[in-house]
Amino acid sequence: MTASTMTSMERVLTTLSHKEPDRVPLFLLLTMHGAKELGLSIRDYFSKPDQVIEAQIRMRTKYRHDCFYPIQYGAADFEAFGGEILWFEDGPPNSGESIIKTAKDILTLKVPKIQDIPSLQRTLAVISGLKERSAEAVPIVGVVIGAFSLPVMQMGFPAYIELLYNEPDLLKRLMAINQEFCVAWANAQFQAGATAVGYFEPLASPDLVPADLYHQTGLPVAQYCLSHFTGPSCVHLASGRCLPLIDNFVSLGAAAVGVSALEDLAMLKAACKGRISIIGNLNGITMRTWTATEAEEEVKKVIKTAAAGGGFILSDNHGEIPWQVEEETLLAISEAVHQWGRYS
Amino acid sequence: MNSEAASRIFADRLLALDRLEAERMFKQETEQHSPVQLIEYLIVPALEDIGRRWEQGETALAQVYMSSRICEELVARFLPLSSPEKINQPKLGIALLDDYHALGKIIVCAALRASGWEFHDYGRMTAPELAERVVQDQISVLLISTLMLRSALQIKELKTLLNAAQSPVKIVVGGAPFRFDPQLWQEVGADATGNNATEAVQAVARCMEELKK
Repeated sequence: MTASTMTSMERVLTTLSHKEPDRVPLFLLLTMHGAKELGLSIRDYFSKPDQVIEAQIRMRTKYRHDCFYPIQYGAADFEAFGGEILWFEDGPPNSGESIIKTAKDILTLKVPKIQDIPSLQRTLAVISGLKERSAEAVPIVGVVIGAFSLPVMQMGFPAYIELLYNEPDLLKRLMAINQEFCVAWANAQFQAGATAVGYFEPLASPDLVPADLYHQTGLPVAQYCLSHFTGPSCVHLASGRCLPLIDNFVSLGAAAVGVSALEDLAMLKAACKGRISIIGNLNGITMRTWTATEAEEEVKKVIKTAAAGGGFILSDNHGEIPWQVEEETLLAISEAVHQWGRYS
Repeated sequence: MNSEAASRIFADRLLALDRLEAERMFKQETEQHSPVQLIEYLIVPALEDIGRRWEQGETALAQVYMSSRICEELVARFLPLSSPEKINQPKLGIALLDDYHALGKIIVCAALRASGWEFHDYGRMTAPELAERVVQDQISVLLISTLMLRSALQIKELKTLLNAAQSPVKIVVGGAPFRFDPQLWQEVGADATGNNATEAVQAVARCMEELKK
């Protein structure tokens, strides 16, 4: 194999082993854009796995990036517990009313069975379909919402903060349920053909929960989940800052960490070098107004700071490109990575 | 003890979630200060200090939330519900724009109450619903808390509707999208932004002063 013949899979595996591939791998984490690609509403688009498969393949060809991203929407994990999904024409589906309103709701909460949840089954069908079509040449990146962060949707953030501080027994019970679901859901994705699974845990960020409280509560939950996953994982804080937690994420055995645009990428690179790969950290919010020149400059800046020695995948910092980001901007990002991301 | 030293100690107690010590200190200060003085001497500077520490990555949002709620409870328990000088204030409103993420709004509401402001809490509404209520209630300053980019961009529609209704309302916005894009508040037509709850309260105060001119 020579550098110029690397497949996306080879490129990504090389960088994850902290070596330099032929060029910087690019993950455009596109979900809703598939609907644009097929001229469908977001809701219609996600209703049929074949549509998502087709759009993922088309978008990878168009943007020349290095993964498939079969996730439909983050709130699907909440939907699995019986939660309502709110659909919009111009943004990601959101979680609706909380499903946990009282302590009794936690005490009676049951772990959903993956095979009984239509939205999860659709995602598994997308993963299987992409696996068949990719012939092991393209990484398929699955997603689970971290067991410690899922209660933000299940009960609302304010009530969850009160629970975190004041109700250790109820918290323990809720974490036991969520981690069982999280492990089952991640492993179902591995079984369907996911190459790796992103463990999305925004509440790990010290921006949201104090580090000492996270160490007592969320970290043991993450340790349980990741140690029971049957495949490799990446920890992603969905725009949350993570620098103080890098040692923790290394100890979890995560292959990579998704980092925030609000963090110093050079400091992150120094902290992660040779231990855990970085995924990031283009600002998805400002991305929607970038010109092609600005996109190129942003890409060059990130590559210059974090690409040397491998251990780096260029991506957005949130784990999902906003609906408002135009095709021209995505093409400009891709072109810049292909032009400026070569290692040799 | 001067205000800065006292509020720093008070902020430390709030961040440690030491309700009993915070309450003891608060009650002690009520013996020496009038309700309005106490808000300006202790509560507002403590919340400003906590907001600054959050901006600098020294505290977490969970602590900001709990601190704000403790202050709100103390003010509700120990200070009069309404002070005469607030009655003639221009009307203030706060809302979520088609967004279920309520944490930011709750923190700002707590900071407003703890700082002595009275306001209409509209909860969660769509842009047309909110525009109608703002006009009907003759709101002068409207705060909007967002988490989702989509909600932040809907402020444009709200602004258009309010302009069409010739509402002079000033809009103060805050939330994650505005932290990630410092120009976004201007793009959506807001009059001010706040990176944390106390900055939002300060922005409200500035808007109120402008309205008096």
